[in-house]
Amino acid sequence: MSQPSAPPSNADEFRRGLRRALPIVLAILPFGLLFGTLAADNGFGVGEAVLMSATVYAGASQLVGIELFGQHVAPWLIVLSIFAVNFRHVLYSAVAGRRTQHWPALARAVGFFFLVDPQFAEVERRVDEGKPITVAWYGGLALPVYVAWVAETAIGAYFGGLVPDPHAIGLDFLLPIYFLGLVMEFRGRPLWLPVVATSAAVSIAAERLVGSPWHVTIGALAGIAVAVIFTPSEPSRDAGDAAR
Amino acid sequence: MSTTVWIILAGAVATYLTRIGGHLVLSRFERIHPRLEAGLNAVPAAVLTTLVAPAAMRGSVPELAALVVAGLAALRGGMLSVFLSGAATLIVLRYLLQ
Repeated sequence: MSQPSAPPSNADEFRRGLRRALPIVLAILPFGLLFGTLAADNGFGVGEAVLMSATVYAGASQLVGIELFGQHVAPWLIVLSIFAVNFRHVLYSAVAGRRTQHWPALARAVGFFFLVDPQFAEVERRVDEGKPITVAWYGGLALPVYVAWVAETAIGAYFGGLVPDPHAIGLDFLLPIYFLGLVMEFRGRPLWLPVVATSAAVSIAAERLVGSPWHVTIGALAGIAVAVIFTPSEPSRDAGDAAR
Repeated sequence: MSTTVWIILAGAVATYLTRIGGHLVLSRFERIHPRLEAGLNAVPAAVLTTLVAPAAMRGSVPELAALVVAGLAALRGGMLSVFLSGAATLIVLRYLLQ
């Protein structure tokens, strides 16, 4: 808007998004296969497994969902569990709305369907780089990740047993490693260390006292509270001075 | 439609509500207080940390070593090197220490 020089074309932006998607596609690869495999083990047909990946599109909650499904838990409780595991997205959505104020409402309504953890983290990294979040870039980032997730689910469910020993190949711990890498990406932000230390301590305590998955929301809110409380009211040294 | 399909679709609606809900609530506010702005800026680090810390607490040597290596790699390289170095550390140490 305020830039008089020619903005990058949509095709360029889309390609930049695609490039950013590559490490994400690689990181989620085993989990798509794992979800497909477990879904088949728990009584899902291939079509049902694919339907879930294509419409829910939230890995951790899908794994929880099929686990409960396999244990014949009441349907409403399965849906509630999916909602609880995904509740952190409310926070992502609140932030992403601020980053995309220039988007048409429809673009947000469609785009936020794809607001998974790595998608949100990449949006925030791009904000830190001082670059605009364009619809084309966002779409280029989202598309390969979504297609890969759905395709891997289909492959995992159809062939079954593609993931021989999840523990031996580290599958149970790859996501924490990946998420730590994302946490580190934001170390330049104000109050990063106090926020991370608080979220870590409170989420660990809350997992024991309250239980999973609410420890995620409780721990996150504690870290956010630190940022709210210890930020001066006057905008002396503002971090996100890009938009205004 | 089968019960399974209903569960899936209800789960999809519930998930979409979380992904649009935060924006719908926040967009009702005309102005955002600097403190709230700071809180929003803390969201990625605060949320993603909660997906790491409890798992780290449950881990033993291979898991903790993998996080240390990944954390150090993050100081130098990009996401890909972080992920691959951490994963390699984890898999090798699990193989050696079992």
